[in-house]
Amino acid sequence: MNDHAHESHDHHHEESFVRKYLFSLDHKMIGKQFLIFGLVMFMVGGGLALLFRWQLAWPDKPLPIIGVSKEYMEEGEVTTAADRKWEERFDDDKETWIEVNMPSGVIDPAFYNSLFTMHATIMVFFVVVPLLVGAFGNFLIPLMIGTRDMAFPVLNMLSFWFNMLGGIIMMAGFFVPGGHAAAGWTGYAPLSSVPELSGVDWGQNLWCISLIVMGISSLMGSINYITTIINMRAPGMTWFRLPLAIWALFIVAILLLLAFPVVASALALILFDRMAGTSFFLAEGGGDSLLWQHLFWFFAHPEVYILILPGMGMASEMLPVFARKPIFGYKSMVFAMIAIAFLSWIVWGHHMFQSGMNPALGAAFMTTTMLIAVPSAIKTFNWLGTLHRASIRFTVPMLNTLAFVSMFVIGGLSGIYMANSPVDIYIHDTYYIVAHIHYVVFGGSVFAIFGGIFYWFPKMFGRHMNATLGKIHFWISFLAFNGVFFPMHILGVGGHMRRIANPMQYEFLQHMQWINVFITVCAFILGVAQFLLLFNVFWSIFRGKVAEQNPWQATTLEWYAPTPVPHGNFGAIPQVYHGPYEYSVPGADKDWTPQTEPNGESPHGEPIPAGATAD
Amino acid sequence: MDELEHTSYESVEEENRPISNARLAVLVLLGAEIMFFAGLIGTFLVFRFGSVTWPPPSQADVRLPIGVTGLNTIVLLLSGYTMFQGLRAIRQDRQKELKNWLFATGLLGVIFLVVQGSEWVRLVHHGFTLSSGVYGSVFYVLIGCHALHVLVAVLWLLAVFARAIAGRFSVDHYVGVEVCAIYWAFVVVLWPLLYILVYLI
Repeated sequence: MNDHAHESHDHHHEESFVRKYLFSLDHKMIGKQFLIFGLVMFMVGGGLALLFRWQLAWPDKPLPIIGVSKEYMEEGEVTTAADRKWEERFDDDKETWIEVNMPSGVIDPAFYNSLFTMHATIMVFFVVVPLLVGAFGNFLIPLMIGTRDMAFPVLNMLSFWFNMLGGIIMMAGFFVPGGHAAAGWTGYAPLSSVPELSGVDWGQNLWCISLIVMGISSLMGSINYITTIINMRAPGMTWFRLPLAIWALFIVAILLLLAFPVVASALALILFDRMAGTSFFLAEGGGDSLLWQHLFWFFAHPEVYILILPGMGMASEMLPVFARKPIFGYKSMVFAMIAIAFLSWIVWGHHMFQSGMNPALGAAFMTTTMLIAVPSAIKTFNWLGTLHRASIRFTVPMLNTLAFVSMFVIGGLSGIYMANSPVDIYIHDTYYIVAHIHYVVFGGSVFAIFGGIFYWFPKMFGRHMNATLGKIHFWISFLAFNGVFFPMHILGVGGHMRRIANPMQYEFLQHMQWINVFITVCAFILGVAQFLLLFNVFWSIFRGKVAEQNPWQATTLEWYAPTPVPHGNFGAIPQVYHGPYEYSVPGADKDWTPQTEPNGESPHGEPIPAGATAD
Repeated sequence: MDELEHTSYESVEEENRPISNARLAVLVLLGAEIMFFAGLIGTFLVFRFGSVTWPPPSQADVRLPIGVTGLNTIVLLLSGYTMFQGLRAIRQDRQKELKNWLFATGLLGVIFLVVQGSEWVRLVHHGFTLSSGVYGSVFYVLIGCHALHVLVAVLWLLAVFARAIAGRFSVDHYVGVEVCAIYWAFVVVLWPLLYILVYLI
């Protein structure tokens, strides 16, 4: 496999469509595949959210488009061949899929459970991980460390196609009898392990199978990332000259590698319980439903750091470029990420304060959780230190990165409240938690993704995205995002439970219903704004302004590669002389010193002899 | 001068690597495997040390085949030794011996699986199945996952054996044998741990 990459870049023949775009072995194309996959799933997951937001704002009112179209269908005005074909699939009860899940255009409560379950599942496993780890990991790792491709290109291709297979299995779950998984993205047993309890049959099975397939995909990806970063760095690219994005991806690959197998084993146990009559999570057979929570959160807490660490790394790339300053405290950034990754293994109990945990154990988990604030604060202050007295260029990637930093701070601060087990008793399972996770994962990771797409787009596709459209998209998204998720803090403190289909059923929530309406209006604005991004991406691929080699005047190796990046990435493998953030070096003729520039100086000031390969 | 600054890719790759890509990848894979079994063993420990009596009262009459499985453990440990000998043989370029040792290793692996399988058949006939409460669940799933891994290792070994017969390995090129041996070692070393946990204590 390894040899293949070397051979194939030697002879530059035109590859067939299938080889180039579908079963590509080139890390750049695989990265783009992940990008498109993630963006499409982003729209799907967001669409699901809009459906249940409608229900929350106007409970049991017919949906705008679907509700109306049903009326038309009853009047028999628009019964096309496609509609008839669609109905034939449900011959048993003569009901369409829409009629089953949204009778008269109103979201069925069981379908509502599927909606929020699948919104979270899709966003976590099929959007943020494929985009951050799959798209940017694949595209950036070989380019930024200065090599020609991943260590195992075939494994890399399989990783994408297993990801695709997992996505297809997950989407198929919507169309099986009994509906899709409805036990929440956390899949708590016994709701998930006993079909009778949730009324979901194959939906939950497919959910488990799909996640196991995704686990295999990320296993292949992380083997590739770890091997590539350890073994294939360009000469001179020592560990402490690695860009922080690569450090983040390396740490994330280790987390993925070690965390996903645990949940894979737990998912297998759920499947055994559901299909083979075992009783792992069934009290009547001696099982323990709490065991699932332990296994799941042992995986899922590292998982939430998998969702944020690459965003942190990418933000650390973009901030110095647009601040024209070196990143503040490079090594402390690295060690902070390592500390976060280590701590992520010993905090999973903070999700279970309300599950009947011994208070002494709860206090231990509380302490470890609070400790995470330390490395997170180090990172935040370093970002602020980078911005301090900088000549900031407010480009679209920079705007998104600044949003990342500020929204991550809000999400991080609200996390401190729920880390306290006494406070968590009050806000557990309320919208406060929903606000927190969205500030971290949407406000954090997704804004980093927006920024990353804008920032690396010129290198990916050889063209710029439209900056005006980008700014419009950013401001609408940023304002609407805060409009959606900030009021959720208030709802949560007001006692609004998460995962309820109809808040109007509860008298103590009725006076806050206007907040739900406001959130939904903002959510629709946020949803529509994403079409601007989608349009900008696809339009710019073909029509964008042609980009030069290093449009942002950045120092890292991916900008040393020609644009568009050829198969094999570099003409000759570059020799690295510097750390990655040499901006505004005193005495230098320009305000950025590429990592490849020989006659510069090291961060410590002493000149580096040409040809030196190590620190 | 230009050559000094831009070392060619191929030479960089060889001199800068303390460990080859393939070996590293298999070690990384083992990290994931260990965590997979950590999940299952953790599950076992929760039930084993969370219950007052083990086996649980409803399964008190179940007797796991300690003796036969003990002998089987020796069989598997022996296969680890033969695999190691095979690796030593190819490191000293004794290709014929490599084939013999690989054959012996595979044979021992198959014996292990056959004995395990026949013991399972016996247990199932006694009425001890997957749905025999949590005791049956955890026994069959944990031991079964290991058996599955042995099966995969045997199939991998078969592929290596076929390449050995075709004379594809030499003293300079035996990574294929080595990565398989690393995986085999994992499967062998894991087993005594499971045997002690599940059968003895």
